[in-house]
Amino acid sequence: MLVLDRVGKTYPGGLRALEAVSLAAAPGEIIAVIGGSGCGKSTLLRAIAGLDRATQGTVTLDGTPVTGPHPGIGIVFQEPRLLPWLRVADNVGFGLFDRPGPLRESQVTAALERVGLADKAAVWPRQLSGGQAQRVAIARALVAEPQVLLLDEPFSALDAFTRVDLQEHLLALWAERKPLLVHVTHDVEEAVVLADRVVVMRPRPGRVAEDIPVALPRPRDRRAPAFEAVKRRVLTALDRSLDRVGPSAAVKPRVAAVGLAWG
Amino acid sequence: MSVLPMTVAAGEVTAAERKALRDRLSRSTRPLCGLLLPLGAALLWEWAVHAGLSDGRLVPPPSVVYATFAELAGTGELQRHTAATTMRVAAGFGIGLAAGTLLGAITGYSVLTRRLIDPTLQALRAIPSLAWVPLFVLWFGIFESSKIALIAVGVFFPVYLGVMGAILSVDRKLVEVGRVFRLSDAAMVRRILLPAVLPAYVIALRSGLGLGWMFVVAAELLGASEGLGFLLIDGQQLGKPAQIVAAIVAFALVGKLTDWIVAAAMAPLLRWQDAFTPVGDR
Repeated sequence: MLVLDRVGKTYPGGLRALEAVSLAAAPGEIIAVIGGSGCGKSTLLRAIAGLDRATQGTVTLDGTPVTGPHPGIGIVFQEPRLLPWLRVADNVGFGLFDRPGPLRESQVTAALERVGLADKAAVWPRQLSGGQAQRVAIARALVAEPQVLLLDEPFSALDAFTRVDLQEHLLALWAERKPLLVHVTHDVEEAVVLADRVVVMRPRPGRVAEDIPVALPRPRDRRAPAFEAVKRRVLTALDRSLDRVGPSAAVKPRVAAVGLAWG
Repeated sequence: MSVLPMTVAAGEVTAAERKALRDRLSRSTRPLCGLLLPLGAALLWEWAVHAGLSDGRLVPPPSVVYATFAELAGTGELQRHTAATTMRVAAGFGIGLAAGTLLGAITGYSVLTRRLIDPTLQALRAIPSLAWVPLFVLWFGIFESSKIALIAVGVFFPVYLGVMGAILSVDRKLVEVGRVFRLSDAAMVRRILLPAVLPAYVIALRSGLGLGWMFVVAAELLGASEGLGFLLIDGQQLGKPAQIVAAIVAFALVGKLTDWIVAAAMAPLLRWQDAFTPVGDR
């Protein structure tokens, strides 16, 4: 159980990035965190990952406070962040340095097979496409078998086809061991495709605006009326979180950002 | 009906083949372009001296330089002087490299140390290195030690600056990957920082080596009984320009050779680099 209790983050300059964010997430859940830019989504994720300390409140995993990087919490960043001097297999095995060689090797091979890149084991990261590199990054995070996997807009730099592909792929990987996923995104459809719950955040300071359950069976049909309905609900919540009234036809992050600058 | 496309296709193949052949030819001849100017000038000078247009006393023609070079090599003289010079460079390079790497790594990694010692080192760097010579001679005597100290100073600064700058510019995002996997300080240095600075380190190494060769000449010109610098001075005092040019050629050869050895030794470690390849060099 991952519990965030009134988590706040104030930067030394006095900027309040997060205020009193409380959230409880059960194992096996998929939570999407969505919001306009500057709403503290990434700050929140980094606090859970233990990369930045929250200035108020606590993050606990199964009752233990998270004060630094935690073995049970893995993270995939917006960029793949593969180490360019290690071949793909060594990148995947990077976090397994404390395990004996043969075990590490078999785990790496299995992880690469799961992301469909077994043939790329001996390749340098520079030889991968953007989507492949992000799959390796996911394999690197999952190979350590974390209880919680954090994803910080992991597909935002990819083209639309690759993105849809990787969303399905992520769901398949999640289904194997069902870790808790916390997926930060600014893509409403992505949030509704993946998540059991969509947490909409509101900026200045970042806080939870709405927590919308997505009670749709998987696999989800992106064109089904029920899917559209949830999507519309999230969009409306996003609009409200940005203090704009009435549903706009398409809230794109860019539009949201412009709205923020004006507001 | 099928004849026309076929002839077109055949024409394309030969055109492509011709282009490939031309490419291969030009690729193998391209490095030779750079030789045209020096070889042409050398041949012209050789001819001018032969034709009696110049006596070639102060500017010896290539054949005389070659003869001097061969003569020096034949007596073992050239090897002895080259060995002496190379030993000095090796010793000075080793000391300067070790000190530069160590201090560069420490100041790059620790803010406190950087604040404490970097300003002093930067001030020392502003002193023209040759200004140290009189002091080094007083401190270390006129023999090997003072020469090696001067070379070490020359090698130290590019290596120090290179290592410190490289560590300071390591991608924060990659360091964060190390933090996520809870690497210890030592593991962070070994598994993230060192590999990340390696490309810049090789460049620092090579420019340090270049300066080492530069400073060995200075050290030997200031007084030595053997070494390629001694050959230079000896050639000047005895009026033997061919010997000077032969020594210069020897410098160029050993300098290039040692640089190549360093580059070749490091190349396997840098194969991962996603570096710019100049067009036409692929």
